[in-house]
Amino acid sequence: MLRYVLRRVVWGAVMLVVVSALTFVIFTILPSADPAALRAGRQATPELIAQIRQSLGLDRPVYVQYWRFLEGLVVHFDLGYSYQNSVSVKSQVFTRLPVTLSLTAGAFVIWMLVAIPIGVISAIRPRSALDRATMGGALVAISAPVYFLGLIALFLFSNDIGVVHVLPGAGTYTPITVSPWRWFTSLLMPWCVLAAGFAAFYARMVRGNLIDTMGEDYIRTARAKGLSERRVIARHGLRAALTPVVTMAGLDIGILLGGAILTETVFNIPGIGRYAYDSIINSDLPAIEGTVLFGAFFIIAANIFVDIVYAFLDPRVRY
Amino acid sequence: MALLEIRDLRVSFETRDGTVRAVDGVTLSVDRGRTLGIVGESGSGKSVTALTVMGLTRLPNARIEGSVLLEGVDLLTLPPDRLRAVRGKRVAMIFQDPLSSLHPLYKIGWQIVEAIQAHERVSEKAARARAGEALAEVGIPNAGERLSSYPHELSGGMRQRVMIAMALVLDPEILIADEPTTALDVTVQAQILDLIRELQAEHGTAVVLITHDLGVVAETADDVAVMYAGRVAELGPLARVLEGPEHPYTWGLLRSLPSSTASRSEPLHPIDGAPPSLISVPSGCAFHPRCPYALPVCPHAQPRLIETTPRHGVACHLPVATRRLIGAGIGASEARV
Repeated sequence: MLRYVLRRVVWGAVMLVVVSALTFVIFTILPSADPAALRAGRQATPELIAQIRQSLGLDRPVYVQYWRFLEGLVVHFDLGYSYQNSVSVKSQVFTRLPVTLSLTAGAFVIWMLVAIPIGVISAIRPRSALDRATMGGALVAISAPVYFLGLIALFLFSNDIGVVHVLPGAGTYTPITVSPWRWFTSLLMPWCVLAAGFAAFYARMVRGNLIDTMGEDYIRTARAKGLSERRVIARHGLRAALTPVVTMAGLDIGILLGGAILTETVFNIPGIGRYAYDSIINSDLPAIEGTVLFGAFFIIAANIFVDIVYAFLDPRVRY
Repeated sequence: MALLEIRDLRVSFETRDGTVRAVDGVTLSVDRGRTLGIVGESGSGKSVTALTVMGLTRLPNARIEGSVLLEGVDLLTLPPDRLRAVRGKRVAMIFQDPLSSLHPLYKIGWQIVEAIQAHERVSEKAARARAGEALAEVGIPNAGERLSSYPHELSGGMRQRVMIAMALVLDPEILIADEPTTALDVTVQAQILDLIRELQAEHGTAVVLITHDLGVVAETADDVAVMYAGRVAELGPLARVLEGPEHPYTWGLLRSLPSSTASRSEPLHPIDGAPPSLISVPSGCAFHPRCPYALPVCPHAQPRLIETTPRHGVACHLPVATRRLIGAGIGASEARV
């Protein structure tokens, strides 16, 4: 087990280096705006642009640029400074991490609280009216993109442009340390919008898994033991049906921690996703590298974590 | 009054393809300490009969008629919570594949304790102690330690022993064993059958043993019911059915067995054709399309199970004398099981 985890961690680190190199290559090869020209202003002289280029180190060959970046990352755990405003990328990412964490955690709670009961109820009564209604709704929620749902939500409920003024609108995020209540209300809409698609997907997953599980022989055994149907479903059916759901949730949380770009952009939440979006708009290579690496780190870490958890959830799994 | 009496049981399921008549008028009974063997091919209705006794076929698309009397109480009309009190406590069941029948994610001790606590208000500790005793009784070495094992850590035979321990831990009056040895190695099969017999002798349990294997029945049963297409074709004491079988389907089953005395080169005699679809069961006697002795009447009238001698019933249109003549020959020459 330990050896397996160590091997996975080493490979994860290698993967991160590969990801950072790829990001570098993509940035330099693809036609993005010249970072130096962007910074030089409208009436820039070629000299000014050259000067900026030199100060950002953009006049060096790409592999030297990358090497210096990698050196900073590995030796000093430093992601460099933003081209845009010369702020340390690392400090930017770490300031924004609690924001993304808040968004992800709240959405996760909501989507699980919605998905599991709906999934269970529609699995127990397949093809019932309730099953058809919830699964139809799930299809809509899965198909509706976040920027669509998000705008609808803002137009309906935000207290600036909304039809009914009930919740703070875009750009009102307040840290929990400042005001827990305002933190909660400002995130309620983003949580629900982000959770909608996941809730729908997970409800379908729970339903499908539970229907499969309830057909297993050991469910028949549980019934033959004289257990109540409630116990058969909860302790025998759900226990087995939720194992893949838990691992899937681990992966999704990893992905979201890297930044829920659409949700954060629509609601103007200053999280990692919003930072990634801004840095791409501004051709801010160090910031792009930083957010991509963070996202990759969370996804890789979530994968390793989920594999470890799986061994605890299912005793048949051994590494 | 017999301990368990199944009277004119009919079970059918509505499916997209049509109505599946899984059990079509089955009457059987079993007494304390006795073993009833139910033999038949896949789809003969033997498993559905057993599951219906347990109330496990109470599905939205199922239609169940007749009666299943446990000491005179009809289990078919029992409300769900009272039926639940019978399941596991008075009638227990073990299944074909012990690996898939045990929950893969729970330790076997937990699973047996759960079975005890479903019916008796006992402490976790006391239940665990009893679970350990039950495992020891079915011959599992280091029973106490084994409580903490997961099903996948045991061999097939050990798993079936665990299933038996779990089924018998509450000392039920009836044990229904649905193909209990089919998924096991031949050497282990005999051990499991011996174990069931021993425990039955000790506790006076009635056993309903469902199998497709006449050899298994020959080793364990007191009475045999041969089922075909959801009906009982022949029913009687073991020796009577093996030595003087009177139904052409029973003859076919006996002749299709490999002989221990005949040479290896002697071909087996399979029954021609395939078991009928339970959605469109042949008219009259369901066996007539495969029966080499079929009479003109067979496709038109369904034969009733009639006792030709006391306790030996046969559902066949052939004249009794003819059946006895052919059956005696097959019973004698095929006395190999």
